[in-house]
Amino acid sequence: MTLWKIALLVIVGLPVAVGVAWMVWRYGKIARRNMQQRAVASSLTCLSMALGVALMVLVMVIHGVTVKQFENDAQGYHLIVGGSKGGEMQLVMSTVFHLGKPLYPIPYSYYKKFLDDGEFAPYTKVAVPYCLGDSFQAGDQQFRVVATNADLFDKISYGSHDDGTPKLYEFQAGRNMKMENFFEAVLGAAVARKTGLNIGDTFQPTHGIGPAGDKHTEFTVVGILAPTGTSNDRALFANLEGFYLLEGHALAPEEDGSAAEADAPQESHAAQEHHHEETDHAEQPQPLPEAQREVTSILVVCNNSLQPMILDQRINKGKERIAQAVAPGGVVSRLLERFIGPVRVVLLVLTVLIVVVAGISILVSIYNSMSERSHDIAVMRALGASRAAVMGIVLVESILLSVLGGTAGVLLGHAILGLAGPWVEAHAGVSLKFWQFSWQEALLIPGLVGFASLVGFLPALTAYRTDVGRSLGGG
Amino acid sequence: MLLLENVRKSYREPDGTPLPILDIDRFAIGQGEQVVLRGQSGCGKTTLLNCIAGLTTVDSGRIEIQGRDIVGLHEVARDRFRARHLGFVFQTFNLLPAFTALENVLLGMTFTGQRTDPARAKQLLSEVGLGHRLQHKPAALSVGEQQRVAVARALVNRPVLLLADEPTANVDPGHQQQVIDLLRDSCRSEQIAMLLVTHSPEISSQFQRVEQLDQVNRTANSAAH
Repeated sequence: MTLWKIALLVIVGLPVAVGVAWMVWRYGKIARRNMQQRAVASSLTCLSMALGVALMVLVMVIHGVTVKQFENDAQGYHLIVGGSKGGEMQLVMSTVFHLGKPLYPIPYSYYKKFLDDGEFAPYTKVAVPYCLGDSFQAGDQQFRVVATNADLFDKISYGSHDDGTPKLYEFQAGRNMKMENFFEAVLGAAVARKTGLNIGDTFQPTHGIGPAGDKHTEFTVVGILAPTGTSNDRALFANLEGFYLLEGHALAPEEDGSAAEADAPQESHAAQEHHHEETDHAEQPQPLPEAQREVTSILVVCNNSLQPMILDQRINKGKERIAQAVAPGGVVSRLLERFIGPVRVVLLVLTVLIVVVAGISILVSIYNSMSERSHDIAVMRALGASRAAVMGIVLVESILLSVLGGTAGVLLGHAILGLAGPWVEAHAGVSLKFWQFSWQEALLIPGLVGFASLVGFLPALTAYRTDVGRSLGGG
Repeated sequence: MLLLENVRKSYREPDGTPLPILDIDRFAIGQGEQVVLRGQSGCGKTTLLNCIAGLTTVDSGRIEIQGRDIVGLHEVARDRFRARHLGFVFQTFNLLPAFTALENVLLGMTFTGQRTDPARAKQLLSEVGLGHRLQHKPAALSVGEQQRVAVARALVNRPVLLLADEPTANVDPGHQQQVIDLLRDSCRSEQIAMLLVTHSPEISSQFQRVEQLDQVNRTANSAAH
């Protein structure tokens, strides 16, 4: 917020706040007594206000948490590279959020361009391949299986802390997968919690996204990630090498087979010996030749903040046109703006309407009571209260009703968050806690004071216009 | 203390014709003087009190209280003057039902623009015999007790003039004298002038100065005739 806006807020807001505070201090006791006199009506109007405000709080907080979660998910890397057949939204949704259908894959050779002496290697710090398309069903819940390599958890962060330091993946149990052990897997925290899978357990990915596909070879769980608050909590990460060896995951080999062997990734002698020890003298399968491999997407971390733009240009405007590069942050922002934003506006409008209805009930309640109270008002006038004073008493009553209801609403909203949080987190992966606040809540109470002054104005005007002589009885 | 000169007040009939209520050439009360004003119902007693209190504006004339012409005052100043310098005891007590006896008396101090004095309020309530009923609301008080609270409220600011409009009309005969004695003794001890309106000959016979409203108010006189 700019300085002049703050100054304007203070210049206008401060006297108003002081004026309201003075009025409440001066006439608060009288207003409170009037509310107590009509305890049932006052309680009901407070309740209706509380319900409306609670809904507003829920919309504000849940929106804030959802937006933050979406934004968090898209952090840790500069670009996602995927097939050119398909939109950038689909690429981001399938890669970052594990939602929707993955794009058609790109050749493994394209991924190699980001490594060693490849065309894009000068711009690449880390490139992590993803293969998507399998899933794992546990009861009524379905989780995506992401085939990748150990670099995902060793070299890529999943966001930044408030002080700017990167958030690094940690394991609450076990360890990262070793690429030489083809059928190892790592679980996201939510997957482990919901499925009950633990270190040493095995699972069979299903081919395709759905329970009806063919079951693949078992993978062994070697690590369970600590919660990250991202979509990766709800995915299983299988060793890419093992994934390629599963039924239906390899391209057709070259006719003579020799080129396929020549393209197979070479392992060092030490690694081979290590394999031999690890697998307890069982026969280590051969890795799939590179010519038979494809990747669905690649997570790319560049060396500096300028290189993503260069890489973006070279990939999206390159001659081959078999891949596209997207900056996930921008796509997520557009997603939020296009879909989440309007939904939030609609929900907020609805909740504002509820609050308005509650405010009207305050107006009706106080206004209807004015005929009963005209005598009391006349008595106060006879005791020396000015017209402005009796008007102020009615306004303060309206303000107190709104603020009490609003405060109760804020507490109620947060109580609902606290109570429903665990269930929401279990089913939607969104973390909701009692103490999560949206900055817009700070505007609620001042807003209610202004709103209450508005709805209280008509009854207050009635008080102002009370004919003392007639109300007290003439003779 | 109180001086009315050439005071005229009329209301409008539904058809727009003026209905004269007050037509007073001159009426005065001295400092600390206790005056009874007698008259039939509907002859303008309450309207007169309301005009003196500044609750109703007059059409013309002068109303001076302690040398100050309240007719010329702005409404806000008139309200403040009434709060600080006048006490009013109503026929129907007019206690606020949501407030305790103590709070009703304090309400008499609330609009003076000065700090309320709970000690003074408690002292007054004790003097009228209600020291043990401070926290009781009007519904829990007898009629006589309610009227005593109303008297305490009227006296709490040490007014210069107390206006009492048929203060015993709703009090049972057994307690009416108590109320009158309370009013007279309180006003005498604090040198407060009192204008008491009643149609009761028993009450008016206790006062030294009794005015007939139809003598004071030419409109009442012409209405009577």
